[in-house]
Amino acid sequence: MASDVKKAGAPAEDERVKEMSRFRKAMIRPELGAIAGAVLVFMFFLAIARDTGMFSPEGVMTWSTVSAQFIIIAVGACLLMIAGEFDLSVGSMIGFAGIVIAITSVTWGWPVWLSIFTAFALAMAIGALNGYLVIKTGLPSFIVTLAFLYILRGLTIFGAITATRKTIIGGVREAAEGDWLAPFFGGTIFTGLFQWLADIGLLETFSRGTRIGQPIVDGIPMLIVWAVGLIVFGHILLTRTKFGNWIYASGGDAQAARYAGVPVNRVKILMFMFTAFCATVFATSQVMEFGSAAADRGILKEFEAIISVVIGGALLTGGYGSVIGAALGALIFGVVQQGLFFAGVESSLFRVFLGIILLLAVILNTYIRRMITGER
Amino acid sequence: MISLFRKVSPIVLGALAALGIFSAVAAPAMAEGERFVLISHAPDSDSWWNTIKNAIKIAGDQMNVTVEYRNPPGGDLADMGRIVQQAAASNPDGIIVTIADFDVLSGPVRDAVDRGIPVITINSGTPEQSEKLGALMHIGQPEYAAGFGAGKKAKAAGVTSFLCVNHYITNPASVERCQGYADALGVELGSQMIDSQQDPSEIKNRVIAYLRANPDTNGILTLGPTSAHPTLAALDESGRAGDIHFGTFDLSSEIAKAIKADVIAFAIDQQPYLQGYLPVVILTNLVRYGVLPSGNINSGPGFVVKNNIALVEKYAGEFR
Repeated sequence: MASDVKKAGAPAEDERVKEMSRFRKAMIRPELGAIAGAVLVFMFFLAIARDTGMFSPEGVMTWSTVSAQFIIIAVGACLLMIAGEFDLSVGSMIGFAGIVIAITSVTWGWPVWLSIFTAFALAMAIGALNGYLVIKTGLPSFIVTLAFLYILRGLTIFGAITATRKTIIGGVREAAEGDWLAPFFGGTIFTGLFQWLADIGLLETFSRGTRIGQPIVDGIPMLIVWAVGLIVFGHILLTRTKFGNWIYASGGDAQAARYAGVPVNRVKILMFMFTAFCATVFATSQVMEFGSAAADRGILKEFEAIISVVIGGALLTGGYGSVIGAALGALIFGVVQQGLFFAGVESSLFRVFLGIILLLAVILNTYIRRMITGER
Repeated sequence: MISLFRKVSPIVLGALAALGIFSAVAAPAMAEGERFVLISHAPDSDSWWNTIKNAIKIAGDQMNVTVEYRNPPGGDLADMGRIVQQAAASNPDGIIVTIADFDVLSGPVRDAVDRGIPVITINSGTPEQSEKLGALMHIGQPEYAAGFGAGKKAKAAGVTSFLCVNHYITNPASVERCQGYADALGVELGSQMIDSQQDPSEIKNRVIAYLRANPDTNGILTLGPTSAHPTLAALDESGRAGDIHFGTFDLSSEIAKAIKADVIAFAIDQQPYLQGYLPVVILTNLVRYGVLPSGNINSGPGFVVKNNIALVEKYAGEFR
């Protein structure tokens, strides 16, 4: 009969489809390890450092700024790592970009906005060169960027000494007065809001010293704005655009991606340029904020970026990861660093903590990744 | 023609050779172009050594000698030991070296001394260690004593609880500075010495965090421009600039500005220029005429305060 045929041909349940609760679907995502880690870290510090000022507005500013620094380079490193490559020259790029800005604006007298553009252009050109070399030679990006780590650091020190006979170049703050681009990197925004909060009594003001009467926190540093902006940009790029799919594909299996029509070479070169862009944002913000550039800035930052990305759940070999996870990894980094100070722990133990957190995070992330991808 | 040439050329060559030998023998006792090697422990990126590099260049030009500067690029002291060995093997006329780590360097330096190469030690290390190594003299600033001197000044200004911002804690000399400061104040050195690393933003935020968690801190000691500049920014941001007694090691134009603004009470100047200049002059005169000053030379501590700062400002980072 018609009804029997219908029953036989259209089963109510397909036993091939696995049932997964909506909660589980929402929870099991690449960022889960980083989310759990962040929650744990905050709970830990709430328990031991609640009344030391860590969660006062001033305290929050300290670890937010440090985390924002790490987030900026972690986003770049994350996208590149998902595309299947490493960039070890990020730290040297930070020092290099800073010295370029300082020399061109202070020693040569260029307007600061031009110096900033020059630094960005140079850095992205070097990033593109990194990518081009990796693709042309087929060498691991680890090696190519390691070479540039040394080349750039050497050029930075040599350039600073040749142009100015010093390795710390100050005077950028004076050079940047009146410049239109400098406040986008070194300034603070929402100062009006914080002043208003202080006026209505919700925010403390200084009761003594040189800043008496001013609100304790006078604004949100542009560094944090850049960090948030880059997270949003990176996340949308990665998860909502075709280009994001191409990034995953290039990292997952470059040859198969090529066969599928993905322009893998272009993707990788663009990701190297993006990492260089992030490093320059970091360097410019630091130079504008401190008014000086030094030849030893940025040392070891590339490893800290990679650590943040790995804590965030990305796979070292590429093809899997998340920008939100990397941002949370960077946040954990910053909170642990600063929190240990507030908690009065011996400061050198910070490195021990970091190593332990890294290990635990990788183990947890591996377990989560196996659950997501179903591998055994 | 050719046969004549063949007969004459050995004679000509022989004459030229004899002339050469004679000129070498008859040369005046004052030789020129001696070669000295200065080996430091500093990584390439350490800007403080710039002054010493400038100083040895000036001394070299003035004395008509070549002075080479060598260092382990990453600051690794084991590498430094190997560099000392290589330098000694190249047979220079003299070696200038820092005693960054007595145990690591004692072998290589003693070998150089045993080969007959005159050695002067500078900067890190104590005069006793220098003597044990067989060096001729030590030109430097005793770290513990410098810290102690700073602590005495701080105590006189009423400091009872302090923060020591250490940005190169892996070097034992840095710990000695903080220890000297603590001992002069009569306080036990514990968590007041913070491992701040070198990133300026991290240093600044750590100082803010420490001051927030220890509000009764009334004295700060920083060990160089790397830790001093972010600490200045931190004090600015917390509104405590000029409120807390602030002493620092070394100089820079920003530190000079802060001294004039009464934010920094004093800067301890090791006078690195002298640590580069004097050994070259002393070694040159020793090699040429055999004269040597007796005893050690303390290049510092010189305390730079508001009323002796003018020259410092002019040459900060270059010769001061």
